[in-house]
Amino acid sequence: MITKPKGKERIIYLFLVLSGYATLVILCSIIVYILLKGFSHISLEFITQTPRKMGAEGGIFPVIVGTFYFVTLTILIAAPLGIGAAIYLHEYTREGTITRIIRFGTELLAGIPSIIFGLFGYAFFVVLLGDITQGWSLLSGALTATCMILPTIIRTSEEALKTVSRSLREASLALGATRWQTIYKVVLPSSLPGILTGIILGIGRAVGETAALLLTLGGSLLMPQSLFHGTRTLSMHLYMVAMETGNMDAAYATGVILIIIVLLINFIANYGIKRLVTRNTTTTARS
Amino acid sequence: MNTTLNNNTLKKEKLNSGLALPKVTEAIVRPILFAAAVTAVIIIILIGFFILQKGWPVLSTYGLWNMISGTVWQPTKELYGILPMITGTFYITFIALVIGIPFGLATAIYLAEIAGSKTAALIRPAIELLAAIPSVIYGLFGMVVINALMRHLQRGLLSGILPPDYQLGYSVLSGGIVLSIMILPTIINIVEDALKAVPHTYKEAAFALGSTHIQTIFKVLIPAAKSGIVSAVMLAMGRAIGETMALIMVIGNVTALPEHGLLSLFAPSSSLTATIALEMGYAGPEHQAALFAVGIVLFGIIALLNAFVIVFTRRGGQQQL
Amino acid sequence: MTENKNTKVSAENLSLWYGPFQALKDIHICIKEKEITALIGPSGCGKSTFLRTLNRMNDLIPSVKTEGSLLIDNQDVNSPDIDVVALRKKVGMVFQSPNPFPMSIFDNVAYGPKIHGIRNKDELSHIVIKSLKKAALWDEVKGQLNKSALSLSGGQQQRLCIARVLAVEPEILLMDEPTSALDPISTLRIEELLQELKNQFTIVIVTHNMQQAARVSHVTGFFLTGELIEYDLTENIFTKPRNKKTEDYITGRFG
Repeated sequence: MITKPKGKERIIYLFLVLSGYATLVILCSIIVYILLKGFSHISLEFITQTPRKMGAEGGIFPVIVGTFYFVTLTILIAAPLGIGAAIYLHEYTREGTITRIIRFGTELLAGIPSIIFGLFGYAFFVVLLGDITQGWSLLSGALTATCMILPTIIRTSEEALKTVSRSLREASLALGATRWQTIYKVVLPSSLPGILTGIILGIGRAVGETAALLLTLGGSLLMPQSLFHGTRTLSMHLYMVAMETGNMDAAYATGVILIIIVLLINFIANYGIKRLVTRNTTTTARS
Repeated sequence: MNTTLNNNTLKKEKLNSGLALPKVTEAIVRPILFAAAVTAVIIIILIGFFILQKGWPVLSTYGLWNMISGTVWQPTKELYGILPMITGTFYITFIALVIGIPFGLATAIYLAEIAGSKTAALIRPAIELLAAIPSVIYGLFGMVVINALMRHLQRGLLSGILPPDYQLGYSVLSGGIVLSIMILPTIINIVEDALKAVPHTYKEAAFALGSTHIQTIFKVLIPAAKSGIVSAVMLAMGRAIGETMALIMVIGNVTALPEHGLLSLFAPSSSLTATIALEMGYAGPEHQAALFAVGIVLFGIIALLNAFVIVFTRRGGQQQL
Repeated sequence: MTENKNTKVSAENLSLWYGPFQALKDIHICIKEKEITALIGPSGCGKSTFLRTLNRMNDLIPSVKTEGSLLIDNQDVNSPDIDVVALRKKVGMVFQSPNPFPMSIFDNVAYGPKIHGIRNKDELSHIVIKSLKKAALWDEVKGQLNKSALSLSGGQQQRLCIARVLAVEPEILLMDEPTSALDPISTLRIEELLQELKNQFTIVIVTHNMQQAARVSHVTGFFLTGELIEYDLTENIFTKPRNKKTEDYITGRFG
C-alpha cells in the first residue's frame, strides 16, 4: 500500500486530486448551465416551427432537418471511403513506402484546423465545382466534412480490423476463399462494432463542426429541398443567433438540443456498441 | 455432386461457374480499395494546392514580411498587416497553455498514479465528453459566463487601472481560459499514456530506494515521460492555434496590437482564425485572396509545429534506452 | 503395404527462403495416398513450413522464395498455371489452435461449400450433416446447429474445424499440431478419428509429440534445421533409426 504523503507533499497531492475532480466539475458546470438556461425555452413549437427574424424568434425545425440531412450525407460519403481505405491498408498491402505515404497523408489531414478546411471547401467545392455542387449546398458541406472526419474513420476502422485474429483469416483462405471473400464474410462482420463506433464518433464530429460549414453550407434558414440547397446545422445556428441577433434564449435552447445530441452520440458510441458486442459473442471454449 | 476432384480442375482454364465470380470480384475490388486509401493523400495535396493558389497572389505582391510585420489590417485600403492577429493568436495560446498545462499534467498524474479505478471510471468519460463538446458551446459558455465574470472584474476591482475599452469582457484572458479547457483533453490523454508507458522497473527501483510516491512521480516518472509530455504540449498548442469558433465568440475581434503591458491581458483581441472566419462571408475578391493568404500563414505555422513534433518524437524515441 | 499405393505428393530439391533465411533445404519426399504420414522434429525445424508449401499458405508471407519441385498428383503446385483456390479446396488444413468462425456451427461447416458456389439449402444441409458425421461431432451437436461455434469445448471446436475442412471434399488433409492445444481425452478422440479418415484421405500430420506420431502414423519424417534427415516406416524410425541425429532426437537428447 502506497503511504499517504506528509507535510509539503500533502499540498502537492491535494492539488493533483483537486485537478482530477476539477475536470469533472468544469464539464458539469458547462452542461448544467446551458441546460438550465435553455430548457425553459424548449417546447414542441420550438422544435417544429420555422424561424422568424433570422432565428430571433420562432422555432428551429429547418435547422434540425438540415443537420440531419447534412450528417446523413456526410456519413454516406465518408464511411465507405474510410472503411475501404482501412481495409486496403490492413488487408491488402504490407508496410512499405506506399502505406507510409498514405498514413503520413492521413496524419497530416487529421491535424489541419477546421477553418482551413473551410477555405478549401469554399475554393474547391463551392467555387470550382460550383456547377456540380450548386455552390453553397448540402453537397459542398458534406464533401468538406468528409475530408475532416476521414482520418478518424480510417483510424478506428483499422483498429477494428486488427482485433480479428490472423488465425480466422488463415482458416478461411485455407478453405479456398479469396481475400475479398474472407474480408466480406469473416473479417468485416467480426470488426463491425469497432467500425460502427468510428462512424458514430465521426457523426459526433460533424455535428459539432461549425467554422468549415459556415463557408460551405451557406447558412440558409429555409428548409433544404435537395442536396443542392444550402442549409444550416444546429451548431451554425447557435453561433449565428448568438452573434447576429443577440437573442440568447434561442441560442441557449439550440445549445440544449445540441448538447443532448452530442451526449447521446457519445453514449451510443461508448456504451451502446459495447453492449451489442457482449450480447452477441458467446464465451470462448473451455477445454 | 463430384465426390473427388480430378487433376484437371487445378488448372486455371477449367473454372466451373461457381468459382468465376469471386475471382472477378477480387480483381475489381483491389483497385477500388486502393483508390479509397489514397483519397486522404489526394485531399491533402488538393488542400495545399488550392490554399496556395488562391492566397499566393496577395502573398507575393504584398510580401510575406510586410504581412507578418504590418500592424494595420484594412483590406478596403489594401492594407494586409496581420501582426495583431499573429500576436493575438500566440498570446491567447500562451495563456491557454499556462493555465492548461499545469491542470492537464496534474489530472494526468492523478489518473495514472493516484485515482482509484472507480474514480477514474468517472473522470475519464468526463474528459472524453469535454473533448466531444462542440466549440460553439464553449463559445456560448465563454460569452455569457466567463465574459460576464470578466466584466465584473474589469469594472469593479480593476476599473481604476483599465482603460474603458478594456472593460467590455471580451479579452485575451477570456479567450485563454476557454481555450485552456478545450485543450485539456488533449494534454491529459497524451500525458497519461506517456506516464503509463514508463517501465514499471523505474518505479519499483525508486520505491525500493525509499522514495515517496510524490518524489517518484516528479523525479522519476515525469522526466522519463518527458518526450510524451512535450508532444502533448505541442499538439495542444496546434489545437489552440487552429481554434476558431470559441474564440470569435469570446475575444471581441478587434484588430489592434495589445498595449499597456500586462494590462493587455484584458484587451479585446483578434486571431488569425477568427479573422478568416468572420470576413470570408462578405469579402470581395481581393479581400478573399488576402484571407487565403492569412490561411497560408496559418497553415505554415501549424505545419512547422507538426514538423517539430515529428522530429522531436523521433529523436526522443531514439534517445530512450 | 506402402509399396502398393500411389504417390500423392512428391517433392524434389524443394528449398524455401524467408528473405535471407533458408527454412527448407533440398527436401526429397514421397508421400503415399490414403495413409497417415507424420512429420516430427524440434521447434523451428521446418516441418510446419513444409506442410504449408503443400497448400501454398506460405504465399501469405512476404519475401518468401521457393525453388525445386513439389508435385501433387504429378502436377507442379508452384506453376503459374495452378489455380490456388482449387488447390486449397483439394488440400485442406487444420490448424494448431481451433479457429472456428464466430458464427453458428452450421454456418461454419457450410462456409466452404458456400464460397465455392453451392447455394441450394438442401444441398448445404446434406453436406453439413455428412461432414459433421465424418468428423465424429454429429451426435454431440445434432439438435443445436444454430448455436454459436464458440460455445463448444476445445476438443469439439477442433472437430468442428475438421468437419469444416471435410465439407469442401479435399483429397489431402494437412494437420499442423492439431491436438497440441487440447486435453488428453479430446486428443485421443481425434487420433481415433484420423484412423477412420485415412481410408478416404491422405493425411500429413505435423506433431511435436513423438508418442502421437508413433501411435497414429504409418510413415514418419524427421526434420532438423530445414532438412529431412530420415524418412521411413514409423516402426523403423522409432525402433531402429538409421541416422544418429534421429536417434538422438527420439531418445530425448535434444529437442
